[in-house]
Amino acid sequence: MNALREKARELLATKTVQVVIGYAPGSGGAARALFVREAAQAGELVFDETCLQNLAAYLMKPEVRRLGRAALVARPATLRTILQLAAENQLAESSLLALVPGADGVLSLSTFSAIEAHVAAQDNDLSAAEKSELEKFAAMGLDERREFWQEQFSRCLKCYACRAACPLCYCTRCTVECNQPQWIPVPAHDLGNLEWNVMRAMHLAGRCTNCGDCSRACPVGIPLYLLNQKLCSDVLSSFNQRSGMAARADHSLSTFKPDDPEDFIR
Amino acid sequence: MPDFQPKIVAFVCNWCTYAGADLTGTSRMKYSPQVSIIRFPCTGRIDFMLLLKAFASGADGIIVSGCHPNDCHYSSGNFHARRRWIIFRGLLDFLGIDVRRVQFSWVSAAEGAKWAQLVNETSERIRELGPFAGYQRLRGLGVG
Amino acid sequence: METEKRSIQREALAKLIEQWCREGKRVLAPRKSGDKVDFDRVTSLSEVSFDHVQTVQSPKSAVFPRVEELFSFRSADGQVEVRDRELDILPETVVFGLRPCDAAAFAALEAIFNWDAPDRLFTARRARTTLVAVACSRADEYCFCTSVGGGPGAVAGSDILLTDLGQGEFLAEIASAKGREMLQAADSLFGPALDADKESRLAKPAAVFAADAVAAVLAGLFADTAFWEEQSRRCVGCGACAYVCPTCACFDIQDEGGASGKRLRCWDSCGFGLFTLHTSGHNPRPLQSQRWRQRLMHKFSYMPERQGVLGCVGCGRCSRGCPVDMNILEHLRAIAEARP
Ligand code: SF4
Ligand code: SF4
Ligand code: SF4
Ligand code: SF4
Repeated sequence: MNALREKARELLATKTVQVVIGYAPGSGGAARALFVREAAQAGELVFDETCLQNLAAYLMKPEVRRLGRAALVARPATLRTILQLAAENQLAESSLLALVPGADGVLSLSTFSAIEAHVAAQDNDLSAAEKSELEKFAAMGLDERREFWQEQFSRCLKCYACRAACPLCYCTRCTVECNQPQWIPVPAHDLGNLEWNVMRAMHLAGRCTNCGDCSRACPVGIPLYLLNQKLCSDVLSSFNQRSGMAARADHSLSTFKPDDPEDFIR
Repeated sequence: MPDFQPKIVAFVCNWCTYAGADLTGTSRMKYSPQVSIIRFPCTGRIDFMLLLKAFASGADGIIVSGCHPNDCHYSSGNFHARRRWIIFRGLLDFLGIDVRRVQFSWVSAAEGAKWAQLVNETSERIRELGPFAGYQRLRGLGVG
Repeated sequence: METEKRSIQREALAKLIEQWCREGKRVLAPRKSGDKVDFDRVTSLSEVSFDHVQTVQSPKSAVFPRVEELFSFRSADGQVEVRDRELDILPETVVFGLRPCDAAAFAALEAIFNWDAPDRLFTARRARTTLVAVACSRADEYCFCTSVGGGPGAVAGSDILLTDLGQGEFLAEIASAKGREMLQAADSLFGPALDADKESRLAKPAAVFAADAVAAVLAGLFADTAFWEEQSRRCVGCGACAYVCPTCACFDIQDEGGASGKRLRCWDSCGFGLFTLHTSGHNPRPLQSQRWRQRLMHKFSYMPERQGVLGCVGCGRCSRGCPVDMNILEHLRAIAEARP
């Protein structure tokens, strides 16, 4: 933690960056985002297991972008999000550097290739617990799965906190806002909620880095992570691709291989 | 449900399957009349949302069909579509929506007979599965 | 109306809920599901949660559901037939176990929905809704009712307010004509007034700021762009705060069903960019900082000025529900203190 604060101070004092986006203690024992713009304020930064938010979400926010070059305190999924955003041409390499706090100090990754190397060395697979939860779902009957999701989606408020929290939901005009014709019903009735959640999951397929922020943001506790993890796992098994591994990469659903599986096509 | 006449919506590409279905007609082959064909420039344009709209509007089953691999008029629209279908099918299944209600296929402009067979088989399957009332009922649920 | 004091035992309370259900009333109460507590339809006291601090969502959906049909229409042969919503079939509703802040929030909703043209559907639902609140024995760091004119044992807004006195005994304060009607319909379930120290049973959330001080500062703060950008830097602009808030009343109107269909009213939020987007493409509030400003201005400056009621009751839901911990109490304190 001291190394992190020291690094933040140095980056700001030398004007290497104009803002350090990190974590500070927040309400209810949780951590919250902190935007450090003066070296003197760096002492407020913390990093521990309560620091969960994927701060890459702020890289897309105009009020944050205009602060200047940012140093972003990054968790493993944050690094992959940075690469994914880069692969989607949303980030300039010069606009940021990533700070990765570790057991022995803090690593400063200032190029995409440095981030790529770091990501390649980490375990990017779904955890054993995540995999076994998906297997549990696969073993359920079709009706059981339908009832499960119908109950979950019936609680959706259409508050779009999942979308707002997601760093990869950066469209300035989301499909739900396209109303000529209206693609997704605005009302939070069961059909609107199903279409909304299917649409969001599909638009994140092959892009989601499984950071978990959408699920954490959902005020009514819908386990959105299950949808994302299912799609991560399908993209990997069908196309042998993972999101956020490289700053230049074809999005798995905007490319193809001639021999992609087609056993379901007549 | 012996009297049940399923509503089937077919999303097809202009260059292969639509021409194939046309050939079915000009060759005077008879096939199940429950299918409504919607023509698209390419399977690459057949967004998954259109499939959901079809279900929400009362379709009991869906056919999505285009050119065989390597025959796409725009060279790779069908390859891209195939990837999306793979992912979409997996998601539908995960959500408990019966993927047997959506039939994907490649039907070329020369395969009039295949089109007739595809429609007949799909109609038969959907007839067995019954109306997709559960889906259409969703719209009313949750309105106070 | 003078508040009448009575008492009720837990067993009698259980009978009271059963009686309401027998009378065909819809009883909404906090119910635990997973790690969240939220309002849901209940049929017995055993389903009701008492030991939570606050529910995730507010009870506003009893009078302002997240989606509701305003009327239906049918057009044929160049004629349009409009069928108004039938009001007599709306359910008689008892909201049970809401907190005093929640009960107070109905006054803010009434002020909005009946501001100029009274809202027929809202008014009908409201008239059929009785509020039986339970005073707070616990508060958390997000609660601030005492800064906005309320309190953990405040009676205002409730038809009946219950205070748990321990040993399965509740003080019952009957505070309105509706409350009295409810009492009369089940008089034998209630006991005599008790000589009890209600205050000692209540939570003691500190008063942190004065609402009129906030209003006074806000009046001169509109143009301070830097201030609002600083305050809202981490806000990601979702609708969670508005959707869980008991007083937020923004809505969107949607028609569904083509030539024959329904006109629906759906929750909306001033936190969304689309909310103020004009057809021309111009957006008077393109930035989240401007939308955050609107949220605070509306609740703490415009509403007191125009409707004579604050747009916030200090329930703390928006802070608890915010994905990025935009603790509203901290922001209000900052406004009241740092910029006198
Ligand atoms: S969809 Fe959810 S888990 Fe995936 S990147 Fe977005 S917020 Fe993270
Ligand atoms: S955050 Fe949850 S309640 Fe809000 S729109 Fe997303 S899924 Fe629905
Ligand atoms: S304050 Fe929090 S809940 Fe409200 S819009 Fe901002 S991020 Fe969402
Ligand atoms: S603004 Fe926040 S604290 Fe105030 S009433 Fe609404 S949800 Fe409660």
